[in-house]
Amino acid sequence: MIQADLTIILPEIVLAVYAMAALLAAVYTTKDGLAPLLVWTTAGLMALLAIWIATNGDGTNVAFNGMFVDDGFARFSKVAILLSAAAILVMSQEYMARRDLLRFEFPLLVALAAVGMMMMVSAGDLMSLYMGLELQSLSLYVVAALRRDSAKSTEAGLKYFVLGALSSGLLLYGASLVYGFTGTTLFSGIIQTVQDGEISVGLLFGLVFLISGLAFKVSAVPFHMWTPDVYEGSPTPITAFFATAPKVAAMALFARVMHDAFGGVIKDWQQVIVLLSVLSMLLGAVAAIGQRDIKRLMAFSSIAHMGYALIGLAAGTELGIKAMLMYLAIYVTMNIGTFAFILMMERDGKPVTDIDALRQYSKREPGKALAVLILMFSLAGVPPMLGFFAKFGVWQAGVSAGLTGLVIASAIASVIGAFYYLRIVFYMYFGAENDDPIETHSSPVLWVALMGSAALMLVGVFYQFGIEGAAAAAAATLVN
Amino acid sequence: MDNILSIVTFIPAVAAGILALFLHGEDVAAQRNAKWVALVATTVTFLVSIGIYTGFDPSNTGFQMVEEGEWLLGLKYKMGVDGISVLFVLLTTFIMPLTILASWHVTDRVKEYMIAFLLLETLMLGVFMALDLVLFYLFFEAGLIPMFLIIGIWGGANRVYASFKFFLYTFLGSVLMLVAMVAMYADAGTTDIEALMSHHFSSEGFSVLGIYVVGGMQTLMFLAFFASFAVKMPMWPVHTWLPDAHVQAPTAGSVVLAAILLKMGGYGFLRFSLPMFPVGSAVMTDLVLWMSAIAVVYTSLVALVQEDMKKLIAYSSVAHMGFVTMGIFAANQQGIDGAIFQMLSHGFISAALFLCVGVIYDRMHTRDIEAYGGLVIRMPAYALVFMLFTMANVGLPGTSGFIGEFLTLMGTFQVNTWVTAVAASGVIFSAAYALWLYRRVVFGDLIKESLKAMTDMSSRERLIFAPLIVMTILLGVYPSLVTDVIGNSTAALISNYEMALAAAEAATQSAASH
Repeated sequence: MIQADLTIILPEIVLAVYAMAALLAAVYTTKDGLAPLLVWTTAGLMALLAIWIATNGDGTNVAFNGMFVDDGFARFSKVAILLSAAAILVMSQEYMARRDLLRFEFPLLVALAAVGMMMMVSAGDLMSLYMGLELQSLSLYVVAALRRDSAKSTEAGLKYFVLGALSSGLLLYGASLVYGFTGTTLFSGIIQTVQDGEISVGLLFGLVFLISGLAFKVSAVPFHMWTPDVYEGSPTPITAFFATAPKVAAMALFARVMHDAFGGVIKDWQQVIVLLSVLSMLLGAVAAIGQRDIKRLMAFSSIAHMGYALIGLAAGTELGIKAMLMYLAIYVTMNIGTFAFILMMERDGKPVTDIDALRQYSKREPGKALAVLILMFSLAGVPPMLGFFAKFGVWQAGVSAGLTGLVIASAIASVIGAFYYLRIVFYMYFGAENDDPIETHSSPVLWVALMGSAALMLVGVFYQFGIEGAAAAAAATLVN
Repeated sequence: MDNILSIVTFIPAVAAGILALFLHGEDVAAQRNAKWVALVATTVTFLVSIGIYTGFDPSNTGFQMVEEGEWLLGLKYKMGVDGISVLFVLLTTFIMPLTILASWHVTDRVKEYMIAFLLLETLMLGVFMALDLVLFYLFFEAGLIPMFLIIGIWGGANRVYASFKFFLYTFLGSVLMLVAMVAMYADAGTTDIEALMSHHFSSEGFSVLGIYVVGGMQTLMFLAFFASFAVKMPMWPVHTWLPDAHVQAPTAGSVVLAAILLKMGGYGFLRFSLPMFPVGSAVMTDLVLWMSAIAVVYTSLVALVQEDMKKLIAYSSVAHMGFVTMGIFAANQQGIDGAIFQMLSHGFISAALFLCVGVIYDRMHTRDIEAYGGLVIRMPAYALVFMLFTMANVGLPGTSGFIGEFLTLMGTFQVNTWVTAVAASGVIFSAAYALWLYRRVVFGDLIKESLKAMTDMSSRERLIFAPLIVMTILLGVYPSLVTDVIGNSTAALISNYEMALAAAEAATQSAASH
């Protein structure tokens, strides 16, 4: 029995053991001297695990009496998490090394966060859910404050920690209510008690608290307040990391809890998700207009994008989950490219995040400017870029689930949101000349990430590397 | 050639790719190469597109030269032309080489400029050929990107405001249309335009937010599509982006905007609104007719007081598009034939008028009417060309402008006399502003020092105008060239429309008698 359980959880074990062994190795040897090597080995291991998970898993396997579920949905999310984390790691290495930020803890904390995220998307029980969530969150609190000598970075870490603790509290309280009213923490047990569509007031309370805690993790409005500050304060590679893998994990966890534990009472949580979704899209669109700092801007952008992804969840159907997974995969790809560009932005070796500095950038670097243009239009959801198909997918799911009002609201939000993406294009292509132009320090890795992600936005329109089929299969395992 | 439509559509895109990948540098030789590549590509596109015209069978009312292939998300790549779209394809391929020629003096970022125009051509052609909802939307919407850049990078002093306004206005309309498209997909289970035309969308009335909607889902969908096409057209009162965009865009941008991009709205009404939502269209007909009539009169009056030549012509475009929407929603043979005719004719005339402004703008770098006067003395050939197109714009018999206005008015007269009476008075205003513009610019004494050194049109400029003159007069004296091609398709469109209305009527009556 335990043998079979361990086989199922093997990828997580490998990554966790690797992280601990590497930690010991680094502490007892050259410490930070080992960091560049660790970045590459961690990224390599993550990529290998992603390939392993993608090619080897099949069917639904349950371990530890239902605490841990390994199904198509979990595997899809894990591959997305591992690949994006690996990409961000290799992108950060050079940036951090040049700014003397590259501590050996960084890759290992990312690896531990990844273990937590893998745990989250595989959770089959409120306990394993909380375990995964906290492992992830604690690692993220630390990396947010990685730049120890910067007030903003430590502030970001502290803010994230305090608000994160609050949200964990909400989540735990919700979990305890759910346990109290159903007598079990297992998702498979909870879903049986609410099978008949009736839900007691206490359980409803628990559900709402659970949703609040999870909404904090996906930074959905009104639980988004931490996002802009943390994004702005953290070192840019960390911001890039926050914007990608943890978002996928949190959304996937959200979907799993809603469908695996509360799949019988969709009507009860649907309206809450609809509200979160509308507010996130509108606030994300409106609040970003005033931002001059590209990291804050991307924070609001990510809030808005989570709102769009939530449409897929709100639909409560298989089509919705498929659209949500596609949305997340495309969103992560766009963000990797965009952050690769933000990592390049600098002046005299110092990072620059003011969008004003981009004026007339296209004259100096036409290739990179074009790539950013493609990414911006894709983020705005303008065809023919892939970002449009992401939106089309969730809208399709929303309309077929009867959420036309939500879809219309999101259409209006996407027009408002288009403004600030366009403004970046405007600065790069036809803003007035700037006296103090930025340079873009371009390492090969960043260049590949930027160009590759922009190219994918166009190539994806013709060929999607089987992601669509995988997302459909993953959605089918979650919703039934 | 089985896939001639795709070939025509993608020749410009391939040329843009070649320019992007293989052309480097900003020196004079590179600039010349970029211009020649663009000119050759657009000319070849035009020549190949003649094959579409010769291979087209006007007696067949269905889609011809259809190409089909699988695409992502269950969508299809499907292209085809029918009597309604085939001439728009030719209009596009015809106008594009002229716009490239008109941009011969551009010196700033020539390579990017040509790439933008070539991509724009591909996207515009795609709009007129796409037979899949989402494919249509993709081409329709993607065209905003190059146009946004064309206005923004190569535009005038206030280009930033104009480009943002252009983009956001049209984007808002389009996303509402996209929502309706998604709803259509959910309802009919397909995005194939051919299949959707025969799909019956529910026209049963229901209440939304306490308001009873006559025509139900069809009316709502009609409104969503209307939001997009009315902005694109543009119809009063959502036309305000157009004067800004036109004034700030470079000459070639204005030409493309007026000659082709505006036609997408009218094409959309004919391709989607009438055939797919007949009940919704019938419900909204009166509103649209009156909006058109107001547009004709109001924008003509506004045009009268403009001081900027491009702005004047832009307002005149809005007025002429008013005739188009009027003709379309008259929904009879004269009306729709006239609307298509008017769109094609406006494609030539407005292109030529913007080019006329371009000719003197290139010399004087101002578009103020005040700055000119007495040009006929120094520029007789220019005065002649400008006069011809001014007259065509007014709708003088013998030019194509007359046929379009006459047919649409005749069509509308059978449906709504009052609207026709109001719109017909707009024709007089159009004569007033056009002739007054001409008088102030071309006639009078040549007293301004700066104008005394003006040279007449160069041979390149004459070459640009020649085909436009030929087309304007040819269509004016021999309109069957157009009506023979479109006649059967519009007849089929109208009979389907009337049958659908009759069926809906019968359904309501039988429901009432039960």
